[in-house]
Amino acid sequence: MKENHFTGTSTYIATDDLKMAVNAAVTLERPILIKGEPGTGKTQLAAEVASSLGMPLLEWHIKSTTKAQQGLYEYDAVARLRDSQLGDERVNDISNYILRGKLWEAFEAERQVVLLIDEIDKADIEFPNDLLLELDRMEFFVYETKEIVRARHRPIIIITSNNEKELPDAFLRRCFFHYIRFPDRETMEQIVNVHFPKLKKNLLSEALNCFFKMRDVPGLKKKPSTSELLDWIKLLLAEDIPPEALHAENSRKAIPPLYGALLKNEQDVHLFERLVFLDRKSGGPR
Amino acid sequence: MLIPFFFMLRDGGMKTSITELLVLLEAMKKGVAGHSVENFYYLARATLVKEESQLDKFDRIFGVYFKGLEDSLADLFEEIPDEWLRAQTELMLTDEERAQIEAMGGFEELMKALQERLAEQDERHEGGNKWIGTGGTSPFGAYGFNPEGIRMGQAGSRNRSAVKVWDKRQYRNLDDSLELGTRNIKVALRRLRKFAREGAADQLDLDDTIDKTARNGGMLDIRMIPEKHNAVKVLLCLDIGGSMDDHVRICEELFSAARSEFKHLEYFYFHNFIYESLWKDNRRRHSEKTSLLELTHKYSSDYKLVIVGDATMSPYEIVYAGGSVEHWNEEPGAVWIKRLLNTYPKAIWLNPEPRARWDYTPSIKMTRELMDDRMYPLSIAGLDEGIKSLR
Repeated sequence: MKENHFTGTSTYIATDDLKMAVNAAVTLERPILIKGEPGTGKTQLAAEVASSLGMPLLEWHIKSTTKAQQGLYEYDAVARLRDSQLGDERVNDISNYILRGKLWEAFEAERQVVLLIDEIDKADIEFPNDLLLELDRMEFFVYETKEIVRARHRPIIIITSNNEKELPDAFLRRCFFHYIRFPDRETMEQIVNVHFPKLKKNLLSEALNCFFKMRDVPGLKKKPSTSELLDWIKLLLAEDIPPEALHAENSRKAIPPLYGALLKNEQDVHLFERLVFLDRKSGGPR
Repeated sequence: MLIPFFFMLRDGGMKTSITELLVLLEAMKKGVAGHSVENFYYLARATLVKEESQLDKFDRIFGVYFKGLEDSLADLFEEIPDEWLRAQTELMLTDEERAQIEAMGGFEELMKALQERLAEQDERHEGGNKWIGTGGTSPFGAYGFNPEGIRMGQAGSRNRSAVKVWDKRQYRNLDDSLELGTRNIKVALRRLRKFAREGAADQLDLDDTIDKTARNGGMLDIRMIPEKHNAVKVLLCLDIGGSMDDHVRICEELFSAARSEFKHLEYFYFHNFIYESLWKDNRRRHSEKTSLLELTHKYSSDYKLVIVGDATMSPYEIVYAGGSVEHWNEEPGAVWIKRLLNTYPKAIWLNPEPRARWDYTPSIKMTRELMDDRMYPLSIAGLDEGIKSLR
């Protein structure tokens, strides 16, 4: 295997399958598409891969109005028009008005870079189709200056999607794919440990108990995810909540303290309250 | 050696292509996977699977190909979807029910009995796991709604030593054989949208003129575009409740796709068939109704009418006054739908029921006749056909 090898970092726990997918993408220099529940660290991954491989990171955040062309370059015609009225010298050279996009930057970089295309599903449904050739051959043509921009070093492209729109097959075919599964308890412990190294053992285990129980509740609209768990633990620490308070059997309260960090939806809170109530009434089966 | 596996994936209904197989081979040549089977599995998965809903399918095929079907019984056990067993809050067991289960010898006994029954079933019918799901009156059906039910699946794996990664089938919940995704619907609906810009170029396009003039270095370059015709207007009527419950998902998708695709979209709900009034908010269906006459006056006849419903009901509900299941209707539904069709000449009926079943349901046949045969199945092909006839 090459020296470029991603193994996770001190702040990011990567599972074996994730490592394999990333390494395959790095070795074959093809884009990798990352999907998963919100809050499982999709965007975070790019930063970690970059720092782990010691490469610079370029980020291209996609919005609903983003066009594929903007990632390549934009021709600022209005600026040129203005300059032409003012008799500016620059107006004769069209390349003065070409603004480079993120992909161009990544292609022209002196060394290999990591390019994050974040939340590709936010854009118009034709957006991925417009990038097919560019991602495949890692080159594109600039009409205004009649030049071809070719990647000096094929960048490592990490694309994230939240599944708001389905992506076209032709696009998917060009990528590696990884679905970040929700971490199991063991992985979750590692993740929390990485973020809160000095966390007390019993607080951690109580918090995780609470958390996974909450995730098991059927019918929640938005299940709490990793980032919410981390926020919650941060709050628990800030408020100095003792581990005993989280213990379901002991607490008088129906809902764990500071649940606002975990449940983001009032229907979910109601549902959860009802369930806890039922649980209690029937003698609390586990 | 991978070629049979590749074909097995294709046969299993996965959309894996040759390009992806070649990528996998290239990756193996470069030694990405090393020499471990588990790594190979991860690599193959990242290369060949492009959608989380396909992951479970892939796991199953991978398991079969690389291991063979050894303990099919255990496999069968794994295939009972969690949802069938999952407790819904409102279906929590009462104390009596719990006592009943205890009377049967408790959880472990029940598990054993279930497994025996599964084995039996495997010998007698194909795909017997469905039988357990629907057999609501068997102890397992009742048990299925028990919160403890979730554990049944877990206890099942206890019998199997050293479960391989792909055998865990962690992506079970994501497997949804969805034929019609929002993307496909949107692409189909776009065909209707394009229609809005056609004809002779007789209008000044200000933006483009400025743009082209600027590109020209300041020399005026006038650009024309066709006049904007009235953008397509769509009136969507959705059947809701009753027999439509099976099709809720697909209707939601159609609805969400249509909503983002059309600027002028008006939607109304009805139940089973169209009568004198429709409603906009299903929760307030009895208090806030819109009369059909009012509707036909308010929305002009250039609206295109799309009715979505399974048209599966008793024929009385269509042809008789007072036939509605919900209220007393003075005039039969057939009269009302004729009125609607008179106002909106461009109209189609989309039916989520498969076309093969249409001839066996009298009410579908009748509705089709009322619609002058403009009924199309709610599938990509059907939607395409329907949109074509709307133009």
